[in-house]
Amino acid sequence: MAEPLLQVDDVSMRFGGLLAVDGASFTAETGRITALIGPNGAGKSTLFAIISGFLQPSTGRVTYDGADIVGAPPHRLARRGIARTFQITQPFAGLTVRENIAVGAHLKRPARADALAAAADVARAVGLGELIDHPSANLTVAGRKRLELARALATEPRLLLLDEVLAGLNPTEVRGMVPVIRAVRDRGITVVMIEHVMEAVMSLAEHVFVLAEGRMIAEGSPQAIAQNPRVVEAYLGHGAATRMMAGVSDA
Amino acid sequence: MLSPLLIIPAVLNGLMAGAVYALVALGLTLIYGVLHIINFAHGALLTAAMFAAFFAYHLLGLDPYLAAVGLTPLFFLLGYALQRFVIGPAAHGEDRNILLVTLGLAVVIENALLYAFRADTRTINLPYAFDVVAIGPAFVAVPRLVAFGAVIVVALALWLLMRWTDTGKAIRAVAKEKLGAELSGIDVAHIYAVTFGLGTACLAIAACLLIPTYYVNPSAGNSFVLIAFTTVVLGGMGSVPGALIGGFFVGVVESLSGLYLGESLGQIGIFVMFILVLLFRPNGLFGARA
Amino acid sequence: MRGLGIFLIVMAALAIVPLLTASNVVLNFLVMALLIALAGQGWNLLGGYGGQYSFGHAAFFGTGAYVTAVLQVRYGVNAWLAFGVGIAGGAIVGAVIGALSFRSGLKGSYFALITLAFAEVLRILASVAPLTGAGVGTLIALDLRPAAFQFQSRAPFYWIILALVGASLVLVRLIEDSRFGAYLIAVRENEDAAKALGVNTITIKLGAMILSAAITAAAGGFYAQYFLFVDAGIAYGPWISIDALLAPIVGGIGTVFGPLLGALVIKSLGELTKLVTADAPGLDLALYGCILVLVIAFAPRGIVGILTDIKRCLHPAKTEPPASLEPGHG
Repeated sequence: MAEPLLQVDDVSMRFGGLLAVDGASFTAETGRITALIGPNGAGKSTLFAIISGFLQPSTGRVTYDGADIVGAPPHRLARRGIARTFQITQPFAGLTVRENIAVGAHLKRPARADALAAAADVARAVGLGELIDHPSANLTVAGRKRLELARALATEPRLLLLDEVLAGLNPTEVRGMVPVIRAVRDRGITVVMIEHVMEAVMSLAEHVFVLAEGRMIAEGSPQAIAQNPRVVEAYLGHGAATRMMAGVSDA
Repeated sequence: MLSPLLIIPAVLNGLMAGAVYALVALGLTLIYGVLHIINFAHGALLTAAMFAAFFAYHLLGLDPYLAAVGLTPLFFLLGYALQRFVIGPAAHGEDRNILLVTLGLAVVIENALLYAFRADTRTINLPYAFDVVAIGPAFVAVPRLVAFGAVIVVALALWLLMRWTDTGKAIRAVAKEKLGAELSGIDVAHIYAVTFGLGTACLAIAACLLIPTYYVNPSAGNSFVLIAFTTVVLGGMGSVPGALIGGFFVGVVESLSGLYLGESLGQIGIFVMFILVLLFRPNGLFGARA
Repeated sequence: MRGLGIFLIVMAALAIVPLLTASNVVLNFLVMALLIALAGQGWNLLGGYGGQYSFGHAAFFGTGAYVTAVLQVRYGVNAWLAFGVGIAGGAIVGAVIGALSFRSGLKGSYFALITLAFAEVLRILASVAPLTGAGVGTLIALDLRPAAFQFQSRAPFYWIILALVGASLVLVRLIEDSRFGAYLIAVRENEDAAKALGVNTITIKLGAMILSAAITAAAGGFYAQYFLFVDAGIAYGPWISIDALLAPIVGGIGTVFGPLLGALVIKSLGELTKLVTADAPGLDLALYGCILVLVIAFAPRGIVGILTDIKRCLHPAKTEPPASLEPGHG
C-alpha cells in the first residue's frame, strides 16, 4: 500500500503548564476521508494548527508527502497542498463571496480574471452559486461554512483539513454538505475532518481516530468506534459504558 | 570615564525625573491594561494639564501643589467625558478606529492650545524652585524630591483603590475578562470611562509636579509622552509595577546618556531604546500580551 | 480598465485649469492639494488597502525631500536625477522600517507607534546633522530652467504634480486588479485566513510598504523643487504624517480616488479657516483633528463611501440573500 499522505507521530503540545496534546499519532491515507473525533477540549484543533503550520509542536514529527513539515510556515504549506478551514469561520468580511474564494484561487492562478472565474466554479460546486456576488458578511452560518470550504478548495489542495465544518448547521444543511464533502474526496483530495456531528462521521469517514484529553484512545472503522467502550466513556464519563451495558442487558 | 562624583548625582536626578515619567506612564498603562487601547492623546492631555497648572498660578495665584487638589478631579472628569462621549462612541469598537480617534484628539488638543496660546515657551517662577537638598554627594532640587514623594503616594493610593474599593475591583474585572464582567452586571462603558479618567488625573498630578521646574509650550507634553511610551513598552503594556520600575529606569538612562551625549542626542537615545524594545521584546519586562 | 472613463474626465478637467486661470493663488492651492493627494495615495496603499496604519509617513516624505535637495546642493547632481534617487531613497527607508517592523510581527497600535518613532528619529537627526543643514535647513539655488526641474511659472509644476498623481491613481487601480492587490486586501481583512490560503503576509506587507514609501517620497521630492527649501520640521514633521493619513480617510480609505477627493476637501477647509482666522498657527491642524474624529464617528468610509451609499439607494442591487439555502440550487 502507498505511503499515507499525512503521518502525525507522537506529537505533543505544551502551552506553559497545559499539555494540550500528549503523544498523539495518526495517519491519513491518501484519497480517503479520515475523521478525528473526541470531546471538546481534546486537542483536535490544536493538532490541525500544528499540521497547517500555525503552531510548532513541543515534540513529535509531522510527515506530509514523505517530508517532515514541522517548522514550515502556513503559507508555504498551503503552497505544498495543505488547505484548512477554521473552526470559527474567518471570512474576508469586506469582500464578496467570489472575491473571498478568488484569494484562494490565486494560489495556482496569478491572473485576476482567471482566479475570479475559477472562484465562480468552486462556488457552484459547493452550492454558493447564487450568492456569488453577495457580501460575505451577509451570509448565514451555513453559507459561511460553505465559503470556508470553497476558499480552501480553490487552492487546489491535496490534503484538506476540515475543522468542524458542519458545526452549527441544522440537519437539512448537514445532509446538504455531506455529498459536497464526498465529492471533494472523489476528486482525489485527502480529507481529514474534525467533527462532532456523528451522523456525518458515520456516513463519510473511512477511518476514525478518537482523541481525549490530548491522547489518542482509539482508532478504527466508524462502526467499531461507535461500540468501543473507551470512546463511550470519553464522551459520557467514567463508568458510562458499563452502565449502558447494564442497561441493555436489563431491557 | 566620569567620576562617581558626577555619576551619582546623575543617577539620583534620573531617579527623581524618573518618578514623573513613571506617573505619566502609569496613566498610560492603566488605560492600556483596561481598555486595551494605546492612548495617542496622552501627550496632548499632559500639555493641557500643564497649561492649566500654569494659568492656575498666573490667574489665581495658586501654588501648583495646591492647584493639584482642584485640577486632579477636573481632569478626571475631562478624561471620563472624553472616553464616554467621544472615543467610545466614535470608534464603534474597532481597534483601528480607536487609534485614529485618539490621534485626532491629540491633534485637536495640541493645536487648539497652539492657536490659543501661541508657541511661546512660558515658565513660572516659584520661590522654592531652586532650593536644593544635599543627599550624599548630590544636590537635589526640592521640587524634584517632592515629585518623587508624591508619585510614591499616588502609586500607593491607586494600589489601594484597585485592591479595596468596589470600583477598583470592577476595573480589575473588566481588565481581565470584559465579557464576564459585563455579564456580572458591571457597566463596562462606565468603567472604561473611569479608567480613562484616572489616567488623565495622573497627568494632572504629573503636570503640577513638573511645572515648578519645567517649561510649558504646546509641544511640552510630547517629549514626556514619548518617554512614557518607552517606559510602558519597556515595563510591559498594562503592568503597573512595570510602569513604575520602567519610569525610574528610563529616568536614569536619560540622565546618564545626557551626561555622555548631550541634550539633543540624548533624546534620540530614548527613541532608539523604544524602537529596539518594540522590535525585540514588545511584551516588555513584566508585560501582558501585546 | 474599469473606471477609465472617470479617470480621464477628472484628469482632463484638472489639466485644463491653468489654461483657464492665471491666478497664482488658485494654482498654488491646487498644487498643494495635489501634493497631499500624492502623499496620501502612498499612505492609502499601505493603510487603506493593506490595513497597516502608519503614523509616521513623514519618514518617507522627508527622505524624498532631503535626498532631492541635498544631492543637488552638495553634490551637484542634476535635479531630475536627484528626484529619482529621492524616490528610491524613500523606498529604501520604507524597506528598512517595514522589514524591521513586519518581521517582528508588529501590528495595529504597535506598528503605528514604531512608525511614529522612526519619523521622529529622522527629524531629530536631520535637525542636527550637518549634511541636511542642521537647524538651518537646505536651500536649493534658484535656477529657473526645466533641466533643473524649476520653472518660471506655476503651470509646468502643476502639470507635473498632476501627472504624478495620475500615475499613482493608475498604479493603485492596476494593483486593485492584480494578485498582489487581492493578497494585500486579504492581509487587511484577516491575516491568519490569508496565510492559510498561501499568502506570504510579510512579503506582501513589505511590498506594499515599499511602494507606499516611494509614492510619498515622490511627493516630498516635488515639495523640495517647488518650494526650494527643506528643513527638519517641514520634511519630517507631524504635519505631513497627519495630512497623508487624513486625506485618504476623509476621501475614502482603500479607494482609488479617496486621497484626491480628501486632499481637495481638507485643503479647501484649511483655506476657509485661514480666511476666518487670518493665518493663526494651529487652527488648521486642530480643524483637521476634529474632521478626523467626526469622519471616523459618522462616515468611516469617507466621501467615496457616502457616494457609494447614495448610488446604492438609487439603484438597489441584488444584495439580499435568497430565502432558502437548499442544496441543489446554483
